[in-house]
Amino acid sequence: MTSIGLAGGWRIKQPSVIPGFGLALGFTLTYLSLIILLPLAGVVWRTASLGWSGFWAIALDERTVSALKTSFGTSLVAAAINVPFGVLVAWVLTRYRFPGRRILDAIVDLPFALPTAVAGIALTALYAPNGWIGGLLAPLGIKVAYTPLGIVIALIFIGLPFVVRTVQPVMEELSRESEEAAATLGANRWQTVRRVILPGLMPAILTGFALALARAVGEYGSVIFIAGNIPYVSEIAPLLIVIRLQEFNYAGATAVAAAMLIVSFAMLLAINLIQAWSRRRYGYGG
Amino acid sequence: MAADTSPSRGPIVSPSFTGATTEHKATRWTLTLIAVSFLLLVIVLPLVSVFAEALSKGFATYLAALIEPDAMSAIRLTLTVTIIAVPMNIVFGVAAAWAIAKFEFKGKALLTTLIDLPFSVSPVISGLVYVLLFGAGSVLGPWLKAHGVEILFAVPGIVLATIFVTFPFVARELIPLMQEQGTTDEEAALSLGASGWQTFRFVTLPNIKWGLLYGVLLCNARAMGEFGAVSVVSGRIRGATTTLPLHIEILYNEYNVVAAFAVASLLALLALLTLGLKAAMEWRYGAEIAAATRH
Repeated sequence: MTSIGLAGGWRIKQPSVIPGFGLALGFTLTYLSLIILLPLAGVVWRTASLGWSGFWAIALDERTVSALKTSFGTSLVAAAINVPFGVLVAWVLTRYRFPGRRILDAIVDLPFALPTAVAGIALTALYAPNGWIGGLLAPLGIKVAYTPLGIVIALIFIGLPFVVRTVQPVMEELSRESEEAAATLGANRWQTVRRVILPGLMPAILTGFALALARAVGEYGSVIFIAGNIPYVSEIAPLLIVIRLQEFNYAGATAVAAAMLIVSFAMLLAINLIQAWSRRRYGYGG
Repeated sequence: MAADTSPSRGPIVSPSFTGATTEHKATRWTLTLIAVSFLLLVIVLPLVSVFAEALSKGFATYLAALIEPDAMSAIRLTLTVTIIAVPMNIVFGVAAAWAIAKFEFKGKALLTTLIDLPFSVSPVISGLVYVLLFGAGSVLGPWLKAHGVEILFAVPGIVLATIFVTFPFVARELIPLMQEQGTTDEEAALSLGASGWQTFRFVTLPNIKWGLLYGVLLCNARAMGEFGAVSVVSGRIRGATTTLPLHIEILYNEYNVVAAFAVASLLALLALLTLGLKAAMEWRYGAEIAAATRH
């Protein structure tokens, strides 16, 4: 009834008796364009107006490169730490029964629900030289707060639920039969875990890693308090955007943002490819 | 699920075979201990420290930090922004899910991807896009200034940035749920003579209410706690454009640590409330929230 017929029987929408398609899609597209697409196009347009050489001059500026390196480096380390611990947490929560399991399961989502600024000041208080944990590490000569190590700690906090929540549902649906089959064929438990269980979890683990990484790269609130924000040492790319904006250097802010967006979209593409590949290979997306 | 964890399943199973589909008891305990300690260290300890720091100078100091005028104005602004941003994203989420789940049309996959876009953009960039759109030196900037319309460094900018970052929450929850439910219920209602609005109100809405509430819960938590995007567009005018997270930052940078943690404890309580409601809904209405565990 609301189908939009075009020449030659080719149509945008298949016929349906349900009403409201035009209204719903029209509103969706208008709202999406006004709130998301148009403003984002502004970044692209501003970047384009810098010109090719203008963009690269800012993107390859020493401070920008150093901030991007800090952002991606600390994010990679944090995501790499979150993978083994996240998989372990998911395993313990799915396979074992112990008192307090439900509460721990719920608390895994805390980094999603806790505002990043709150997480930031809480972690800083904990890891500062006079904090509960920082105070224990200080005599050993380990400084966490106000160093890149502090950034890693904040990004572990932010990224953990991405790994756990991506791996957990897949783990719940693993078939026990294949584990039993492996055992009857003479595999010991470690061989079963390594050769039967882990390969089945691999796409989910990779997706969780990529999601944690993507979130960590753009993270701002939880990092800036603990990082110390020393240029060339512990200054992250999102902070550099904020600094450039405060200097009213819109071109500089835009160039850093564009460089981050390019890398983020590449990662988003990689996530989708992993999911498409895993659907073909295992019949489910991570 | 728990049935297999019993070590012996009968006399014919030899004790040496117990490791076949589960780990040794010692291994199980060690793994559980490591996982629990990790969660306590990484997640629980920071949460506990928020309340410990907030109450470290006594309850009177704590309360004073909360009822002080700047804090009250931050609470008011956060509530105002949330009350505008969340309903807008609810309307959008329902409309988008209706179009995507109930109809087959070209470009659906692209539309679904575009809706997820704000999740993969840094919050700082979400704020930056509005600075570039409305700020000085933009196309709209001079026109807005000439007409006395304030968007940046004012409440409308904060609302826009909040809508941007919370944009996908409701839609993401409803799309898979409504896709799973299909269109047969609606078709039955329509064939019995219900109008389009009646079908939505009395058939679709009851079907999706828990999924919708779940999405709203997550959207609300993020809207009240957003920091990066809001800090870029706010301008931090005390008592006028500081939301709760920005107020925390200002207090903290002024070395007023106890007050910062007192205000932070409000948001931590909100997070705990959100988690509690979320867990309760997953437990009670899991099937009606569909793919909800993906957050």
